[in-house]
Amino acid sequence: MQSEPKRPNSYRKGPDESGHFGPYGGRFVAETLMPLILEVEKAYLEARDDIKFWVEFDKYAKHYIGRPSPLYHAEKATQHFGGAQIYFKRDELNHTGAHKINHCIGQILVAKRMGKTRIIAETGAGQHGVATATVCALFDLPCTIFMGETDVQRQAPNVFRMKLLGAEVRSVTSGAGTLKDAMNEAMRDWVSNVHDTYYLIGTVAGPHPFPMMVRDFQSVIGKEVREQFADRYGGLPDTLVACIGGGSNALGLFHPFLDDPDVKLIGVEAGGHGVASGEHAASLTGGTPGILHGMSSYFLQDEHGQIKDAHSISAGLDYPGIGPEHAWLFDHKRVEYVSVTDEEALDAFQLCAKLEGIIPALEPAHAFAHVAKIAGSLPSDHHIVMNLCGRGDKDIFTVADKLGVKL
Amino acid sequence: MKRLAKTFESLRSQKRKALITFVMGGDPDVGTSLSILKALPSCGADIIEIGMPFSDPMADGPVIQLAGERALAGGCTIAKIFDMVVAFRKENSSTPIVLMGYANPVYRYGVDKFAHDCADFGVDGVIVVDLPPEEDQIVREALGNQFVDMIRLIAPTTDEARLQTILDGASGFLYYVSIAGITGAAKANLDSVRAHAALIREKTDLPLAVGFGIKTPNDAQEMSAFGDAVVVGSSIVEKIAQLREKSDRLGQDAPEMAAVLDHIRALSGALKASA
Ligand SMILES: Cc1ncc(COP(=O)(O)O)c(C=O)c1O
Repeated sequence: MQSEPKRPNSYRKGPDESGHFGPYGGRFVAETLMPLILEVEKAYLEARDDIKFWVEFDKYAKHYIGRPSPLYHAEKATQHFGGAQIYFKRDELNHTGAHKINHCIGQILVAKRMGKTRIIAETGAGQHGVATATVCALFDLPCTIFMGETDVQRQAPNVFRMKLLGAEVRSVTSGAGTLKDAMNEAMRDWVSNVHDTYYLIGTVAGPHPFPMMVRDFQSVIGKEVREQFADRYGGLPDTLVACIGGGSNALGLFHPFLDDPDVKLIGVEAGGHGVASGEHAASLTGGTPGILHGMSSYFLQDEHGQIKDAHSISAGLDYPGIGPEHAWLFDHKRVEYVSVTDEEALDAFQLCAKLEGIIPALEPAHAFAHVAKIAGSLPSDHHIVMNLCGRGDKDIFTVADKLGVKL
Repeated sequence: MKRLAKTFESLRSQKRKALITFVMGGDPDVGTSLSILKALPSCGADIIEIGMPFSDPMADGPVIQLAGERALAGGCTIAKIFDMVVAFRKENSSTPIVLMGYANPVYRYGVDKFAHDCADFGVDGVIVVDLPPEEDQIVREALGNQFVDMIRLIAPTTDEARLQTILDGASGFLYYVSIAGITGAAKANLDSVRAHAALIREKTDLPLAVGFGIKTPNDAQEMSAFGDAVVVGSSIVEKIAQLREKSDRLGQDAPEMAAVLDHIRALSGALKASA
């Protein structure tokens, strides 16, 4: 962006009718998909205005997912860093172990309304794949999960989980065999099966209305935090921190607070071996605007517009793009975006386990690594809420391997 | 008169259907790719479509995905494709050239510069797969300012209301994607193509090309009944893939090239036979 964009009256009104957040978002898909994308939008807008839809969503959120998730005062971590009060939003306690189930329940209800009979999804860490396979088992719909070959190997437990749940897992060999390649293949499947298939996208990315719809479903996180914090401590927290792959858990936490200027919002991207090394997954802090996967946003790319492979220790953050609303919030500087390296995340992973008795997923370990950086220098009346968006069971093999431990 | 319009007019007067051949620019290497381009018209290609390789070709099947990977590995860029077009135009000023690709490399090149260079170097039309009418305004206007046609796609899923939206900004010709799927898929159902083509014909006089899933001379002949042109891609690219096994930088007279060029001749022959 050449010039500073004009400050909007509200940061919570996007996207516009054509699905754009300023210059980002949109519907950059082949004509074959356009009619279907418009149909998804129509179905979602109708659902959004239908009280019965939300009654059903809330029913599953409460009794199946286990919402609301606790807001936990991490006193030992607070003591350890000796500064700000640290709270964890415990979305790792959700059924299936991550926040992904929130938008899976929402989207499967939309797919049902549309009369779709087959579900496809892409997955990186396998958390979204497991959550999708879970709701497909629950709603009795066949599902196919696309997963990069590299990820199939490093997230073997989740592959087995998906299969137990009845999903077909298709290993994608093109490219580096990670999340972006899985998403390409899911798009190819969708365009070939438009008549009966719903593409259950796993983050706030893809063509409109997916970024908006996934955000709306994930916003349950931020809404709960607002209430829980006000009830117990009064007022609003001072800082919110979340990790960012495509950006769904972060936007879910941030969105209800976007128009509270006193609440500082920090998104933590995966810095891999360091943004300067070129081997990272930090699309905002290390990328440039572009168009991929149906959206205009920030991407890792070369000077010819070829998309580069991302690198992160965390399969769930290993994506060379980011949801368009984050791109817009980045340009407006409403959210601060930082990055954390593989090494820092690995340290934070172990520290969280030892301090709080919670093994976090490698994704929120990135968020915790940033909390570790800032908490000590903040006063004790400063309240930081971090989204602990997933549990780490799936990552113990990766971490053991990095630590030179043979399981 | 523009090259595309002139070509369709001349073919119409001969009651012939156009053969549009798709090759990936720079596949398997820039030198061989240029040799193929130069040979295409004399083998019967009426219009040449050149793919601009992209790292993430979401609308393409394995054959064209691999062609893009070969081209990128060989260092192909949009600038090099323009160089190829310049070299081609030194020998041929009549065969229309259409570039086909994805939005990101075009945006990265610079939309205005891209449009300008298309006009300067002799490109007649551009297809950007992931720019539906809702998102193509910037590129379409830039091309329009340079009198280069933005070719729009129509799909089997396109309903009547959308069809009108597509037609409202279309120029050059219309490209009917005959199957809801990716390139290289199985041939479309003839009745379905017939019905859609008839509907499109009712609403516009622009030439109509039918593509996707057309592989053999027989396919080309069958599909040509429904429009003014057929597009053949994957089956040509598959033959080019086999060159890779043999040698780099082949000239157009190299014996290995015969398999590619004979395939084009057979496709063209089938269309001429049905004229
Ligand atoms: C636990 C967890 N957190 C975060 C992410 C990253 O996704 P997002 O940025 O959309 O929240 C993933 C993705 O798989 C995940 O499993």
